[in-house]
Amino acid sequence: MKLLNFFLVILIIFTFNILKADEIKIQNKITKNLRCLICQGQSVYDSDSEFAISLKLVVKNKMEEGFTEDQIYKFLTKKYGEWILYDPQFNKNTYFLWFLPLLIFLFGGAIILKKLINIKK
Amino acid sequence: MLYSSIGYYSLILGLIISFPIILFSIKNFRNEEVLDYKIITYSFIQLFLVVISFLGLIFSFIYSDFSNETVFNNSHTTKPLFYKISGTWGNHEGSLLLWLVVLTLFIFLFLIKSKDLLKKYRVLTVLYQQIIIIGFFIFLIKSSNPFNYIFPIPDEGLGLNPILQDPALAIHPPVLYLGYVGSSIIFSSALSATTLNYISKTWATHIKNWVLVSWIFLTLGILLGSIWAYYELGWGGFWFWDPVENVSLMPWLALTTLLHCILVLEKRNNLSSWAIILSIATFTLSMCGTFLVRSGILNSVHTFANDPERGLFILTFLFILIFLSLLIFFIFHKSDSQNSSSFFLLSKETSILINNWFMMYFLSVVLIGTVYPIFLDVISSQKISVGPPFYHKLITPFLIPFLIFMAIGPQLKWIKSGLEEKLHLVVLFIISLLISFLIVKNLDVNFLINTILIGSAFYLFLITIRDFFLKGFKNIQQNIAHFGFSLLILSILFNNIFSSELITNLKVGESFKSDRFEIIFNDLKKFEEKNYTSFKGNFSIRENEIEDELEPELRVYNQPNIITSEADIKTTFFTDKFITMNTVQNEEYFNIRYQVKPFMLWIWISVLLISLGGLISLFKKKYEK
Amino acid sequence: MRNRIVYFLLITFFIFAFVIFYRGLDNSNLYTPKTDLKNIPEFSSETFLKKKLLNSKDIFNKDKFYLFNIWASWCVPCRDEHPLLIKLGKGKKIEIIGLNYKDDFNNAEKFINELGNPYSIILMDRNGTKAIEWGAFGVPETFLIYKNRIIKRYIGPLNPKLIKEIESYIE
Repeated sequence: MKLLNFFLVILIIFTFNILKADEIKIQNKITKNLRCLICQGQSVYDSDSEFAISLKLVVKNKMEEGFTEDQIYKFLTKKYGEWILYDPQFNKNTYFLWFLPLLIFLFGGAIILKKLINIKK
Repeated sequence: MLYSSIGYYSLILGLIISFPIILFSIKNFRNEEVLDYKIITYSFIQLFLVVISFLGLIFSFIYSDFSNETVFNNSHTTKPLFYKISGTWGNHEGSLLLWLVVLTLFIFLFLIKSKDLLKKYRVLTVLYQQIIIIGFFIFLIKSSNPFNYIFPIPDEGLGLNPILQDPALAIHPPVLYLGYVGSSIIFSSALSATTLNYISKTWATHIKNWVLVSWIFLTLGILLGSIWAYYELGWGGFWFWDPVENVSLMPWLALTTLLHCILVLEKRNNLSSWAIILSIATFTLSMCGTFLVRSGILNSVHTFANDPERGLFILTFLFILIFLSLLIFFIFHKSDSQNSSSFFLLSKETSILINNWFMMYFLSVVLIGTVYPIFLDVISSQKISVGPPFYHKLITPFLIPFLIFMAIGPQLKWIKSGLEEKLHLVVLFIISLLISFLIVKNLDVNFLINTILIGSAFYLFLITIRDFFLKGFKNIQQNIAHFGFSLLILSILFNNIFSSELITNLKVGESFKSDRFEIIFNDLKKFEEKNYTSFKGNFSIRENEIEDELEPELRVYNQPNIITSEADIKTTFFTDKFITMNTVQNEEYFNIRYQVKPFMLWIWISVLLISLGGLISLFKKKYEK
Repeated sequence: MRNRIVYFLLITFFIFAFVIFYRGLDNSNLYTPKTDLKNIPEFSSETFLKKKLLNSKDIFNKDKFYLFNIWASWCVPCRDEHPLLIKLGKGKKIEIIGLNYKDDFNNAEKFINELGNPYSIILMDRNGTKAIEWGAFGVPETFLIYKNRIIKRYIGPLNPKLIKEIESYIE
């Protein structure tokens, strides 16, 4: 019985550690995606400015409160605008941004295909 | 004061010399058969004057002549000599003077090294290049004069940013400009050759050397910039997809594509339209980049002085060049429609065409990512950021087929290929995937895409090694360059996957233990250096049985008044150990960041290998001759 | 024929690009966030002197104008704007609430004792997280509030012109 309890505790600690490690990974992922607003071109993850340190704390707190990654982004976008996110959101402002390169790729492929088909004839 | 005056008047004279150059060139174009040697003489005089002007600025910096406004803004008497000199080109005005040096140097070298070519072509190239040169002279003298006089003469300068006092950064601009600005000669000569319908194998063989020179310097220049960012900016990254970095990458992508097209043009007299357009595009992208970072239109880590008036000049100049090139291309270019029928599906030409396709896609991703925020802001007043996640998402998936094509392409023969060694190629691919799978399966990362990506890079890696053993020195320049590229991708991927980091707050004497590392803050020493006070922290880091000692530093500069954090990096063959120390507002402890970054050295080495491929290609011709 | 269409499209595109870049030059590249924030955020904080925990609901509940000012003793422009705040606070029309941002208590106390206290309440934000709730990112920043809504936001120190503007709102 005692042995079982012992193993249960170990299992809980083990899972907790993995969850904690995951949590840290997600936190890092989020802070790498946030722009430090008072630095010139640094992410919050990389920066050691006052604002970045505070923001890292806010991200940590929000995660502990149960916010998901997307909810944190939404929260911060509401306070600071879309400029704070390095990964451009996919909305009507950015359709062209995401699609244009892909369109160019397809267009280029079509030209090449045409050229090669012409030759086969 | 003397040096600044000499510099200024040499600059004016240099501009004036453009007029005899143009005059004699136009005369010579119409008339005699042989190139008028006066054109070469005057081009040399112009180069000489620009170099004198440049030296005038350098000496003004060395002697801390603060009557010169540029020196006043960017230097300080306590700066070490080496950085006083490199401060010459570390500012907007001085770097533009460096532009002029490279522009005039390259046209002069071009004239000397093109003796066997069509006279009209050489003269027309001079004329096109002079358009660019005059544009820059006017820009410099009118709005970015490095020799502005200020009175009363200050006793002390405003000092250069200490982050820019670094050896790699000191030589980064000259090296980069030799590539970046050097592409001007490719631009001018391509326009000239198009106008005269001179695009041919002969032209391709001749221009290839210039493309190689420009490409090698551009590659090395970008490498130096990355190395500087890694060692100096203190957070262990080497590429941030920052606008200034993108702006140097775009000409590189165009130039690499151009290099491959020139090879086809030389061997098979095909893809001439591609060659011309890319020659124009490379320099256009260089100019566009100059516009983006000097006009203040973009916000970035290392933009130069922001001045919209200067921006307007470059913008107008840039678009004049674009319209001029478009005009020339559409009026004079005769497409080689007869030749394009000789493309077989399985041939080297097709694989280079596919290479162009992917490279143009990558170029469009970088270009769109960099300028889209500007378009959006102007059109709908919305400010967004486009950062690393965007570029990674769009580029990474396409790298997989790109790497595979890069491996298979060189196996194909010109004109037509049977791909006899199909079995070997497929087997090697399966082996690569297996190796990759074994590496990735124990890690908790994006499993599928990483496996295939590493597998493809490994495939290229193995194929290039195999080619080396099979074909020896026959095509070694291509082999080394492609091998270097595969190594680059592999190093970056492994670096990404296997990096680890520890962040903690420590006071002197404290230690911190995680399940992997133990870090002890031993002591903090204070030193006085020439232009800063140094605080060095001594740390011991224990991992398993290995113990390392690292000493990050905080520097308090007096002029300007800022504090920088200098990382201590221990580089070994397989990994880098990286530590930084930062103060925290109102607290007595320091924020310590320790990172283990594997394969960093291999990233630098692989880029060197890529340049080496280019270098070999450049000298191989001479050797074979 | 196809060539001409391509030519025409390219010219049009480049003219378009030129116009965009030309207009883009006038736009500042410094970012001032568009505050979509209309309502004041809800938060709790300890007060400066009495270390009492207050909720924002308790602070901004009266029918009057409030000025929410984020400051710190280590912030140089805050020193410059402080006398203006004191003058503004003397009239009873507006209540000034201070948020002490990432500061050391002793230094902040010295600041107040030296330059005066225009604040009816001073809240503490030791780690900077409360300021983030307001969408602030530095010091000083000031918010003009009425009926739990943010009327105007000022980034950077206040000057006499802006004070006049605030006064005109209060009327």
